[in-house]
Amino acid sequence: MKKLLAIVLSIVITISGLWFATRLLMPKYMSGILEGAMIAEYYDDPTDHNVVFIGDCELYENISPVYLWENFGINSYIRGSAQQLIWQSYYLAEETIEREHPDVIVFNVLSMKYNTPQNEAYNRMTLDGMKWSSSKVDSIKASMTEEESYIEYIFPILRYHSRWSDLNSDDFKYLFHRDKVTFNGYYMRVDENPAEDNIPKGRPILDYQFGDTSYEYLDKLTKLCKDNDIELILVKAPSLFPYWYPQWDKQMEDYAAANDLTYINFLEYQDSIGLDWDKDTYDGGLHLNLSGAEKLSEYFGQILSNDFNVPDRRGEEKLEKYWDGVTERYDAEIQRQTTNLEKYGSVHGPDGK
Amino acid sequence: MNELLEILSDLHPEVDFSTATNLVDGGILDSFDIVSLISEINEEFDVTIGAAELTPENFNSAEAIYELIKAKLDDED
Amino acid sequence: MLFTSYEFLGFLLVVFVMYYLLPGRAQWSFLLIASYAFYFMADPRYLIFIMITTASTFLAAKSISDHKASFDVWFKEHKKEMEKEEKKAAKAKEHSLEKKIFLCCLLFNLGILAVTKYTNFTISNINSLLSAFGRADGLSFVDLVIPMGISFYTFQSMGYLIDVYNGKFEAQKNPLKFALFVSFFPQLVQGPISRYADLSQTLYEEHRFNWKTVSFGLERILWGFFKKLVIADRILVPVKAIIADTDAYSGFYVFAGAMFYALELYCDFTGGIDITIGVAETMGIKVTENFIRPYFSKNIKEYWNRWHITMGTWFTDYIFYPISASQFMMKLSKKSRARLGNNLGKRVPVYLSSFIVWFTTGIWHGASWNFIVWGLGNFVVIMISQELEPFYRWFHSKVNVAGTFGWKLFQVIRTVLIMSSLRMFDCYRDVPLTIKMFGSIFTDTHLWQFNPEAFVAMGITIDDYIVVFVGLIVLVTVSLLQRSGSVREKIAATAAPVRFIIWYVLFMATLIFGAYGIGYSASQFIYNQF
Repeated sequence: MKKLLAIVLSIVITISGLWFATRLLMPKYMSGILEGAMIAEYYDDPTDHNVVFIGDCELYENISPVYLWENFGINSYIRGSAQQLIWQSYYLAEETIEREHPDVIVFNVLSMKYNTPQNEAYNRMTLDGMKWSSSKVDSIKASMTEEESYIEYIFPILRYHSRWSDLNSDDFKYLFHRDKVTFNGYYMRVDENPAEDNIPKGRPILDYQFGDTSYEYLDKLTKLCKDNDIELILVKAPSLFPYWYPQWDKQMEDYAAANDLTYINFLEYQDSIGLDWDKDTYDGGLHLNLSGAEKLSEYFGQILSNDFNVPDRRGEEKLEKYWDGVTERYDAEIQRQTTNLEKYGSVHGPDGK
Repeated sequence: MNELLEILSDLHPEVDFSTATNLVDGGILDSFDIVSLISEINEEFDVTIGAAELTPENFNSAEAIYELIKAKLDDED
Repeated sequence: MLFTSYEFLGFLLVVFVMYYLLPGRAQWSFLLIASYAFYFMADPRYLIFIMITTASTFLAAKSISDHKASFDVWFKEHKKEMEKEEKKAAKAKEHSLEKKIFLCCLLFNLGILAVTKYTNFTISNINSLLSAFGRADGLSFVDLVIPMGISFYTFQSMGYLIDVYNGKFEAQKNPLKFALFVSFFPQLVQGPISRYADLSQTLYEEHRFNWKTVSFGLERILWGFFKKLVIADRILVPVKAIIADTDAYSGFYVFAGAMFYALELYCDFTGGIDITIGVAETMGIKVTENFIRPYFSKNIKEYWNRWHITMGTWFTDYIFYPISASQFMMKLSKKSRARLGNNLGKRVPVYLSSFIVWFTTGIWHGASWNFIVWGLGNFVVIMISQELEPFYRWFHSKVNVAGTFGWKLFQVIRTVLIMSSLRMFDCYRDVPLTIKMFGSIFTDTHLWQFNPEAFVAMGITIDDYIVVFVGLIVLVTVSLLQRSGSVREKIAATAAPVRFIIWYVLFMATLIFGAYGIGYSASQFIYNQF
């Protein structure tokens, strides 16, 4: 009996020690690179979204769900992450559909240009935050670069053990909880950094044809939405970089037509949206800032409400309460960034946040 | 036997070879010593000891070495 | 499959579980399957080589053994009716037959080793010879497969063949059992070079699960991983940096590099052997020890009795002794004594044999002049220390320091310094560069310009150096404890909670401070290539 107790106790200590060490050593993404914390945030929030955006920075920095709620009553969420590859988007969509049933899924088509796994760090930022499911397993398998091992996803300490020398106060502070870094998936920036006037055209590339794997997953995404009776909207955000070639645009147009989907290239509607590249971007045209994102949200919100009949859910008590909370944080963040900007010339305070 | 002991103490004057029983395992005789030893034995007793016989068991004591030489001498006639 | 790969750990786990689930009679056959699977996963082409060596050695040894047996029977029956001369003739005839089989097999297998490992080295030497005579059109190199661990398994097989030929034991009758002896996977990659007489005692036995053996084995594996991952792979980074940039790192840095390399090589090699022996131990199989704290040696000769022991004894038993006990050497010995006097004359054969052994040892380590010079360097050092022996005897009779701590420390430091200097040949590109860099330690020291920050620019941080330093302290402590007996026995004798804490700390330290994974690029065991 005593021996059994000793064995059980040793196992408990071993496992809890490993668990604790893993939690301590995993990156927290609470300052600096916030993008790594985005995917995990989704699981805390209520799930009956009508619109779910899935894709890379061209969504999570360009669309504001708070604006969509306040002005259209659209209950939406952005499942975005940095350099999200199309198979990762697909598996996120698959996972989302397991958890809820949105009316519309919006996918940003820029990631069609990546046909193969790209970068370990970005993989980690998209995949680590996901809860374990068959979608996560499949997404890991599709995403791994050659240097990666599946077992390092199951036991992240095998990947992050080398962080022992980089541990800082954040790692201890956020051992058991995280702060929210987004507003229903939206990553806010209020600063301005104008785009240059004469933006160079993209350099010619050898092959404009999107890869087979990209198409394979676009097909799967299309099918997934059709099977689940969800409207799939393909969009290309109005970002000036990376350059969106006309040849690429044509392929997406053809694809949408062939599959009876809506494809909106917002680059063509910059004037109607009212984008002013002097004021509406914080990094010279790569991403929109708050002002740009709200303009795009206004434009897209009209389309979603009018053309796709996404319901106005203002007045639902529970939702109102939830969104009040988000809006409060949203306004506080605007305030914080504006103050920092005035005081320090940067949205980041002296603490790096 | 006396000739043998003389050869041995030439190699290591500080060791009492008449009593030691772990010459090889105890690290007193190394491979260089053993090779010198067999050439001395070859000279002195006119017997050839083959490489296969150069085992620790055969060289751990003066007694054992002497037995080896005797067996060789017997074999010759 | 590297020892420090997830695949290897997974492979081990599967093999381990199945080994103990299977009935005892099937255990050794299963190990053979596992070993071939291990080799197959490395490269299917390797299997052909190891199978040829296995088959040829098995058949030759068996046929020698059979001949011996039937001759003995025949000889016993006819002994009485034969004259002395007849007996001798019959024995000689038998011997020459056995010798033919033996030599065929030996030369054939050494031939495979020579062709796979040394063809390109030979070609490059022919080419430089040609170009010395003004011929620019050299021979082109051939693209040959060098099977993993070929030097190790060839030596192991040839040791077995020689022992059977010398009548030490009878040949193994079961070809599959012999195949397992040649291919036993834990020692396939980097040794030790086991003797059949040792390994066969536990290799084919049935082994029931025994907690003590298994836990000792696991402990040994963990210790091996600690040395390899925490110390060796981490300190390898500055070693590589120093070797790569000979302009930036000369003088004192070369010395530091040699010291780092001494630590790196020790931890890498002994760590790998710990894993090998530990893996075998978890399955109840005893593999010969290959190291006994070599850096604590008093001199180079002792060092070579304590470093890579199975290789050293192999060269002693199968090359040094046969050469020095040969007819030729006996004659040479007589002649040189007659010419040069007894004292000097008797050393000629020993030194000649030793020279051949060290030349062979050098070239066995690698097909390059660096290794040959390294091997001969060892020979020179050993010869000098042999010649200095009378001087030391005189010195100790005058000065009473022998046995003092200071003198022992001096001896240990001397050993480490000499070995580290010789080992530089295995670091730098070629022999002249090595000598130049070694010289720079003395001519280009510039200790006053020494900049500690340069060490941080070599790819690892201050924190990493601290880890290495702490690891070194652990290593030295364990080595000191080992002098009074097995450390694992000592741990086993402690109270359960203490034991648990020791294991746990070692495990977590290896897991967290190990230089493995994407953050670090894992290095291969240095001895793989031999």
